[in-house]
Amino acid sequence: MTTEHPFVEVENLTRHFDVSKPWLNRVIERQPIQILRAVDGVNFSIPKGKTFALVGESGCGKSTIAKLCVGLYRPTAGSIRIDNTDIASLRSRAEILGVRRRLSMIFQDPYASLNPRWRVADIVAEPIRAHHLLDDATAIRARVDELLGHVGLSSRDGEKFPHEFSGGQRQRISIARALASNPEFIVCDEPTSALDVSVQAQILNLMRDLQRELGLTYLFISHNLAVVSFIADEIGVMYLGKLAERADTRTLFTRPMHPYTRMLLDAVPDLAMTGRQRVPVQGEVPNPISPPPGCRFHPRCPYANDRCRRETPALLPLKGVATPGWVACHAVEEHRLPPLT
Amino acid sequence: MTAPLLAVENLRVEFPTRRGALIAVDDISFEIARGETLGVVGESGAGKSLTGAAIIGLLEPPGRIAGGRIFFDGRRIDNLPYAEMRRLRGAKIGAIFQDPLTSLNPLYTVGRQLIETIRTHLPLSETEAKRRAVSLLEEVGIPAPERRLDQYPHQFSGGMRQRVVIALALCANPQLIVADEPTTALDVSIQAQIVALIKRLCREHGTAVMLVTHDMGVIAETADRVAVMYSGRIAEIGPVRSVIKSPKHPYTVGLMASIPMIGDKAAHLAQIKGSMPRLGSIPPGCAFNPRCPKVFDRCYRERPILIPTETSAASCWLYDKAAAR
Repeated sequence: MTTEHPFVEVENLTRHFDVSKPWLNRVIERQPIQILRAVDGVNFSIPKGKTFALVGESGCGKSTIAKLCVGLYRPTAGSIRIDNTDIASLRSRAEILGVRRRLSMIFQDPYASLNPRWRVADIVAEPIRAHHLLDDATAIRARVDELLGHVGLSSRDGEKFPHEFSGGQRQRISIARALASNPEFIVCDEPTSALDVSVQAQILNLMRDLQRELGLTYLFISHNLAVVSFIADEIGVMYLGKLAERADTRTLFTRPMHPYTRMLLDAVPDLAMTGRQRVPVQGEVPNPISPPPGCRFHPRCPYANDRCRRETPALLPLKGVATPGWVACHAVEEHRLPPLT
Repeated sequence: MTAPLLAVENLRVEFPTRRGALIAVDDISFEIARGETLGVVGESGAGKSLTGAAIIGLLEPPGRIAGGRIFFDGRRIDNLPYAEMRRLRGAKIGAIFQDPLTSLNPLYTVGRQLIETIRTHLPLSETEAKRRAVSLLEEVGIPAPERRLDQYPHQFSGGMRQRVVIALALCANPQLIVADEPTTALDVSIQAQIVALIKRLCREHGTAVMLVTHDMGVIAETADRVAVMYSGRIAEIGPVRSVIKSPKHPYTVGLMASIPMIGDKAAHLAQIKGSMPRLGSIPPGCAFNPRCPKVFDRCYRERPILIPTETSAASCWLYDKAAAR
C-alpha cells in the first residue's frame, strides 16, 4: 500500500458544518455557535484500479466524504490528492475542469438523479458536451450509443425519457453518464440501495465488469456489509465522522477488530440460517453535533473503560498480524479485547 | 387443528384506469395460524404491501378489492362497513408501517397518541390508560417512559420512534399485526434491535404477524413461513427454512442466489435477467416466463397454480407431476 503510489490519497480530511441558529437568535437566546463535525480527520488511499468502500450507519459522514472527493464540498482541512493533484487547493476554473473530467459520480436515487425532461441520449451526452470532448453531433451520437452498449442498453433507448425505464435501467443510464467523460475515478454513493436485490446483482456485476475493462478506481459508499464484501478490495468502517477500522475485505470479515465492526457484523441477518444467536446491538448513534468525549463509540461499547471515556483513540496499524489493518481502539491496543469466537 | 386466524381466499386488488383495470394483486390465497409469523417477501411492485393494506382495510382509492374473501377469526372482514372495520382495526388487528415519522402525528405528544388509541379500543379511564401507556413503552424498551410520554415524535430517534409505533400497534392486545416494512427505514444495528423486539413481543403475547418486507434476511430471522410474491401472485409459499435453503420456484432460486453474502467470494453474483413486468404488461401464462431460465411451452399458455412439492408449494409447471407422467 505504501510502496506503490496510490491513485487517490485522502489525508486528514475534515469537513465541519456550521449548524448554528441565525446570529440574532444566538444573541437573544445566548446560544453558542454549533459545529457539526461531519468528517473529522479521515485518512485512506486507493490504488489504481481498486475499490475502496466506506461503510457506516446514517449520519457517520460517508456521503460527505463522497461529495468532498468529487469537489461538491470544499474540505475544512486536509487534502484529497487524485493522481498527485490536490483537488481542494485548485482555484482556477481551467484546473478544476481538468481534474473534474477524470472523476465522476453515481448517485443513490436513480429517480432523482436523471432530468425527467431530457432524453436519455442528452443525459448521457451532457458530460461530453460540458467538457468539449467531442464537437461533432454524429461523433457524440456514436459515443452515446457505445456507452449505452457498455451498460447493457440499446441505442434505441437513447430516444426515450427516463420515466420509461425501471429503477435498474435508470441506474444503468446513470452509469453510462458517469462513464461519458472517460473518468478514471468514480465515486459511487449507495448506487444499489434503492434497487431490488435481483436488480442490485445486475448492477454490481456490471460495475465490476466495467472496472476490469476500463481500469476504473471506485470509492464505494454503502451501509450494506454484504454488498461491500462483494465489491470492495479494501474497507473503511466509519463511525461519527472518523474511521474506526480499515483493512482489506477478507481480513475485515474474518478478523474484525474494532468493537463497532464486530457489532455491525453481528447485526447482519443470518440468511444462512446457521441458528447463530445474534446479540442485538445496544444503544443508538449519538447526536453528531455533540459527540461523546474520548472514543466516540464508548457509550455503546462493552469494553469501554476510563481511558476510552477521556482520550480519543488514533487509527493505528495493528502489530504482529499477518495482514495489515488499522484500528482506532484503546482496547485493541491494550489487548483487552476477547478473541473472536 | 383449529380454524386459522386469518384466511385470504382468491384475493384480487385492482386499480381501475381509463385503459382498463390494472390488477395489482391477482388471485392469491394464504392462511395465518394463531401466533404464527408469515413473511411476505417480493420486489417493489410485487403487490405485497397492497395485500397487507387490503387485509387491514386501508387500500387507498382508486385501489379496491375486486374479488376474493378475507376471513379473520372465522368472520368475513373484506366487506365490513367502514365503522365496523374501524373498530376491528386497532383492537384486533394492529398495523406497523415503514416510516415511523409519517405514522405518528408530529403535533401531539407520544403520550397523548398512545392514550387516545388505548381509550378508543379499551374501556379505561384516563389514568388507567396512562398507566398502560407507560407499561407499553417500557415493554418496547424505551428508557424513562414516564418522561418520554410528554415528548413529541421529533424528540425521538428513528429506532425509538419505531418502538413507539410498535407500542401503538400493541395498545389493545391485537391478535394479528400487519407490519409493512417495519425495519426498512432503519440502520442495520437498529434493525436488529427492532427485529428482536417484534420476535419477543409476539412470543410473549401469542400475536400472529404478517411481516411484509423486501429483505430476505429479516424474514429468515423472524418468520415461521414465507410467501414469495411476484407480479401480484404468490410464486412460492412454505416453511421459511425450506424456502431459503432449497427454493423450488425458479424465481425464488434466482432471488436467493442474487443476494450477496458475506464470505462467499464469487467473481459474479447470480442475476435474474430483465426486471419484473409492469402491471399493464404482465405476459399470459406464468408472469415470470420472460425471465425464467427453465421456461417451456406450457408456461406461455397456462397460468400455473400452486403445486405442493416435498417442502413448499410453488406455482410452477415444473412441479406438475400429473403432467409429467
